[in-house]
Parts: sequence; structure tokens; C-alpha cells
Amino acid sequence: MFDWKWEFVWEILPRLVQATGNTLIAAGAGYGIALVLGLVLAIAQRTPYRLLTFVVRELVEFIRSTPLLLQIFFVFYVGPQFGLRLSPWMSGMIAIGLHYSCYLSEVYRGGLDSVPRGQWEAATALNMTVVQKYRRIIIPQAIVPAVPGFGNYLVGIFKDTPMLSVIGVAELIHTANAIGSEHYRFLEPYTLVGLIFLAISLPAAGMIKVFENFVRRRMGMK
Amino acid sequence: MSLFEFVMQYWPRLLVGTGMTVAQFFLAAILGIVISLAMGLLKLAPSRPMRAFAITYIEIFRGTSLLVQLYWIFFVLPLFGFSIDKFTAGYLAVGMNIGAYGAELVRGGILSVPKGQWEAALAINMTPAQRMRRIILPQALVNMLPPWGNLMIELLKGTALVSLISVADLMFETKQINGSTFLSAQAFGAALIIYYVLARFMVTPFMRWLERYMARKMGRA
Repeated sequence: MFDWKWEFVWEILPRLVQATGNTLIAAGAGYGIALVLGLVLAIAQRTPYRLLTFVVRELVEFIRSTPLLLQIFFVFYVGPQFGLRLSPWMSGMIAIGLHYSCYLSEVYRGGLDSVPRGQWEAATALNMTVVQKYRRIIIPQAIVPAVPGFGNYLVGIFKDTPMLSVIGVAELIHTANAIGSEHYRFLEPYTLVGLIFLAISLPAAGMIKVFENFVRRRMGMK
Repeated sequence: MSLFEFVMQYWPRLLVGTGMTVAQFFLAAILGIVISLAMGLLKLAPSRPMRAFAITYIEIFRGTSLLVQLYWIFFVLPLFGFSIDKFTAGYLAVGMNIGAYGAELVRGGILSVPKGQWEAALAINMTPAQRMRRIILPQALVNMLPPWGNLMIELLKGTALVSLISVADLMFETKQINGSTFLSAQAFGAALIIYYVLARFMVTPFMRWLERYMARKMGRA
């Protein structure tokens, strides 16, 4: 069919599988950064310091409404101008982690807002410190309604990793480009990359639904 | 060189790039809205093959990356005999991608119209097409406009990817300027600000206005 060569597929598949590993590592590491930083950004918007709240709010809006691709270039090229040389992986993780931390901060914010006021008051009545309140009472309850949001962005970050190819992170698309220009054949590499993405993101979306139900049951919310 | 000096020197190229970004945005938005409507309606169609077609489309475009879709359309489609220039490939990929996300919004919007409205339209003897066009879709539109605002921002951000197939948009011009001057902070900083202004002061206010306008038209203001 359309000059599709199976021998070529078998020849390049090992390289693509290896690149899939890199893609998953990039998505996982970026997501890890985003999870931590997102919580920080969400809580920073709930402090009594008006100026901090305002600055963080605007920063989140700014990062959310500008292209990730541009941010990746920014992090990668602006560092060296000031003497800070970052590897492609390093800058890629910073850019994608920062970008998604802004999305996740909105998810956290929704979760935190959904915790009833009475819980805060009860925690205050028990003489808990702010840290204790967040850690023991508020955050555990805020996480449950936020699980679907977290799941969607996990799949989202996975699908955005191809942008890291532009600064030379050897993930799927970067590898497919390399194979394509070595062999002058683009049909198989790009089609396989598409299929690999489908094969991972569709089951992942299903698994996230299952996990969501599990968490709900576990927390006695259903 | 300060950001201000940089913009004073390179504004013509930034402006041309922004023009291309805006053109890609509009074409992709039109295509995306048409596809959203078609796929959203097909996903609710009574016929099984039609539903299957819509589901396949939506899952393929939502399950893979926009960048993969763009490369596939630009580099692989010509091998099947469909040669398209980079400008068309750019907005085609972005629009088709957004269409898949929009289809879910259309579907959700249509399902959110109360059952009584469907029954009332049936009771006054409207054909299914009339019912959809006059009764259901206008109400669905009002319900689904708020998430469309976010989707339009995603669309604007998505157009930056067309620079990777050498469409001379804002992203592309910025990269070129950076390549010849090495003024990275100024070049990428200026582009970030332009994208932000487009999103925050053009797209978002327009969508808010559209929400209010539609709500007023429907007597819900």
C-alpha cells in the first residue's frame, strides 16, 4: 500500500522504541516539576500578601497564554546570553515543567476552592499551624476533585513533548526526523510515531478514568 | 540593546510575522469551527457508521500531538498524491486538531439543552433539521461559548508550530532574527509579549463580548 515497506518498519522500530522511552521520561520529569511547582503557584495565590498574589496570578496568565514552543526557545537561548549554559534536556524540562505548572496550579486552585470553609475553621479551632492545616486537612481533600484535571494534563504533557525536538532532545519526533533524513523516507517514521502516540495516550486516558473512580471510592466520595 | 530599541529596529519583520500568525489563526479558526460542528453533530447521529467516523476522527486528533499531525500532513500526505503548500498545511493541521477538541464542546453543548426544548420543537412539527438549526443549536452555542474562549487561546498558541514547516509567522521571524543577531532575550521576549497581547487583549475580550452578545440575543442577559 502506497509504497509502505515492512522491512523498513522493522529496521527502524528499535530506535523508535528507545525514543519512546525518552519521550516518557521527558513527560514524567516535566510532570513531576509541574506537580510541585503548580502547588506552590496555587498556594502563593492564596496568601494574604496582595502584591505576591497579583504577580503570581499575572505570571500564570502570561505563561498560559503564550506558546510553549516559544518558551522552550526562550529558556534554551536566553541562558547562554547571560552566561548560563543549559543542556537541551535541562532547558526542555524547565520550560515544559513551568508551562504545565501554570495549568496544574489552576487545577489545584479549583480543588482548594472546593474544600468547604468549615474545614478551615475546624482546623483553626484545633490550633493547627498553617502548614499543618494545608498538609493534613486541606490538600488531601483538595486532591480528589482535582484528579480528572491532573489526568488530562498528564496526557497533555505527553503530547506536547514533541516540541522539545526543536532544541535537540532525542524524543520521538526528533528520532523520526533523523531517520527520515538518513533514509529519505518519511512515510513510515512519521506514521509510526503517530501510532505510538495513539497506542499510549488512548489507554492512558482510559486508565485515568479507572484511577479517578478508585480515588473517589477510596476517599468515600461515591 | 534594550527591548525597546530592539522593537524599534525590528518592528517591520515582527509585524509581518504577526500578520501571518493572525492569518493562520483566522483560517484555522474557521476550519476548526466547521469541523467541530460537523463532528459534534455526527457523534450524536442516529446512524452507527456516522458515529464511528466521528469518534475515530476525534480520537486520532486528540490522541496524537499537533506537531506529529502537522509533519504528517506536510511530509507524508504528498506521498499519497496530495501535495499541499506549507501555508495551507499549517492552518489545515491546526484547524483539524482544534476541530477534534471543539467537537466535544459542541456535543456537550447540544446535550446540555433541556429535553423539553426537543419535545416542544417536535410538538410544533419541526423537521429534525429545523429543530437543530432554530431551537437546539442557538441554545447550545450560548452554553458552550465559555470553554471555546480557552480553545481559541490554545489555537493561537498552536499556530506557533507552523513555523516548524517554515511558514513565516511570528515565531519563525523571531527565530530568524535570533539566528542573525543572537539577541535572544530581546527577540523571544518581544515575541512572548506580542503573543500575550494577542491572547489577552484581542482573543479573550472578543470571546467575552461574543458570550454577552449571544446571551443578550437569547434573552438571558
